[in-house]
Amino acid sequence: MSMASTNKSDSLIAHIFYVLRGNPITALAFILLASFITCALFGPLIVPYDPLASNTSNALMPPSVDHWFGTDNLGRDVFSRVIVATRLDLLISVSAVALSFVIGSILGSVAGYWGGWLDAILNRLLDTIMAFPLFVLAMGIVAALGNTIENIVYATALINIPFYARLVRAEVNIRRDAGFALAAKLSGNSDLRVLAVHIFPNALPPMMVQISLNLGWAILNAAGLSFIGLGVRPPTPEWGIMVAEGANFVISGEWWLALFPGLWLMLAVFTFNLLGDGLRDIVDPRKRT
Amino acid sequence: MSGRFKTISLRIAQAIPVLFGVVVVSFILTRALPGDPAVYFAGASATEESIAQVREVLGLDKSLPQQFIIYVGDLLRGDLGQSISTGQAVTDDLARRLPASLELTLMALFISCSIAVPLGVMAATKPGSLRDHMCRVIVTAGVSLPTFFTGILLIYVFYYLLGIAPSPLGRLDFIYIEPDTITGFYLIDAAITGDWETWFGALKQLVLPATTLALFTMAPIARMTRAAMLSALSSDFVRTARAAGLSSSKILYGYALHNAMLPVITTLGMVFSFTLGANVLVEKVFAWPGIGSYAIEALVASDYAAVQGFVLAMAILFVLLNLCIDIAYSLIDPRIGFEER
Repeated sequence: MSMASTNKSDSLIAHIFYVLRGNPITALAFILLASFITCALFGPLIVPYDPLASNTSNALMPPSVDHWFGTDNLGRDVFSRVIVATRLDLLISVSAVALSFVIGSILGSVAGYWGGWLDAILNRLLDTIMAFPLFVLAMGIVAALGNTIENIVYATALINIPFYARLVRAEVNIRRDAGFALAAKLSGNSDLRVLAVHIFPNALPPMMVQISLNLGWAILNAAGLSFIGLGVRPPTPEWGIMVAEGANFVISGEWWLALFPGLWLMLAVFTFNLLGDGLRDIVDPRKRT
Repeated sequence: MSGRFKTISLRIAQAIPVLFGVVVVSFILTRALPGDPAVYFAGASATEESIAQVREVLGLDKSLPQQFIIYVGDLLRGDLGQSISTGQAVTDDLARRLPASLELTLMALFISCSIAVPLGVMAATKPGSLRDHMCRVIVTAGVSLPTFFTGILLIYVFYYLLGIAPSPLGRLDFIYIEPDTITGFYLIDAAITGDWETWFGALKQLVLPATTLALFTMAPIARMTRAAMLSALSSDFVRTARAAGLSSSKILYGYALHNAMLPVITTLGMVFSFTLGANVLVEKVFAWPGIGSYAIEALVASDYAAVQGFVLAMAILFVLLNLCIDIAYSLIDPRIGFEER
């Protein structure tokens, strides 16, 4: 690390570059992430066709120069639909993960800091959630609450809360009686302030890894739910639904209907998974393998 | 020995509130399902009075706590209620369909382990090498594949393009006769009765859905194997074995892998749980008559006894499995304790 300087932020950037150079796959993941974010932000503006406009005279056309990913059974452009769907799928997973991050952090901090019966009750609650196969629980919740996008978000958030709560609880618990925490307390900070300002930030680096991995799971989960007909409804462009609709045409040889949305979905999840691995290398050099 | 007994009973005691929680959650969940079951049971030509009568018979006119007590009582007698869509007792439906799901899941785990464990060992012998990176990319790609999409892709390639796979409709092609039910596992039943033609037919149907699930489950197993192998290879007993001049394959497979298997087995418990969840999607794609597709049909029909039975059966299966794994683990390795930390 010849670039290392005494300036703290400089050395952080240098460290990131150092890790990226040693791990080109992580660099690739960052590039992919940037392109997905671009699609989500500007998708509807850059696609060549209206994702909802049907044109039955042009139905089930294989990929061509005009329609890169072909057209579906109603003559809609698959490429436009795949790109436009990025925003919805990312929105669902980001809001679900944000929700479980916030709730999990609060529950985990409280249980880790004060311990006692609060901790015991929380642990049993989390055990109960974890006792269900998570996709099955999400399925049940969406079915019970009703078939809307918000409910997909709530269900996905709920099944991910235990991961955050457990992680924060462990990180807070080991620092509860650390020297710096006691010192902060002695100098007159309230418990809440010590917890929020001095202890909790230490849990953030491992949380970053968890968030990245979870974003991938959340997308898979949302797409899986809409695949079995829960949540997002047609004709809204969404990857899971598009694969489900395309599946009916695969047997008769129209492979492009299901292949492209499926590949896009896989690429998105792949990006977040690689990113999670890469972030682990950046934030926690000890765990580097 | 008494310490070990204490550990095990403590672990069992910890499982009880979880089981209770599972029962409460599944009760609440299904009472919240949209649609009134009394209307379904009363039939198409129902009047206000007959619906009210059915409601009374089903006990739906009582308060929620009362309903819950009745529900728990029924549960203890092994009664999960009656399915609206099939007209059978849910317990029978689940019992009949469970072997199909288990056969699929176990086959998938078998395929997955036989690929992922060698991959993990290979990656651990040379960390940071090209092999290691390739291994990481392959398993990450596998876990990123949505199972429903992999399934469709495999059907397209092996059924439509190559024509070597049978049509993806259920456990056995109609040209074969179902083996007599002994265990419910077609492969085992056919082998017991010596009907090798049917055995082969059932295996052919099983390969694609099991591969789909296996691709998805490789990542955690390969990663855990790699991590456990790395720590085993850097431990003192391996250094001693090397110094004693044992051959490298003896060290790798005889000592390091043997010690690395324990965490891998624990991971398998977790993997089993999410494979059960992923089953739901795969069973839909391959029209597999397991409990996952049963649950989807029940959800569509707002068949709440069936949904409840399914969710409960899955959760209880999982809690008991983890309990067994933990207990087995503590019997194998007495250093493990379950005290609250």
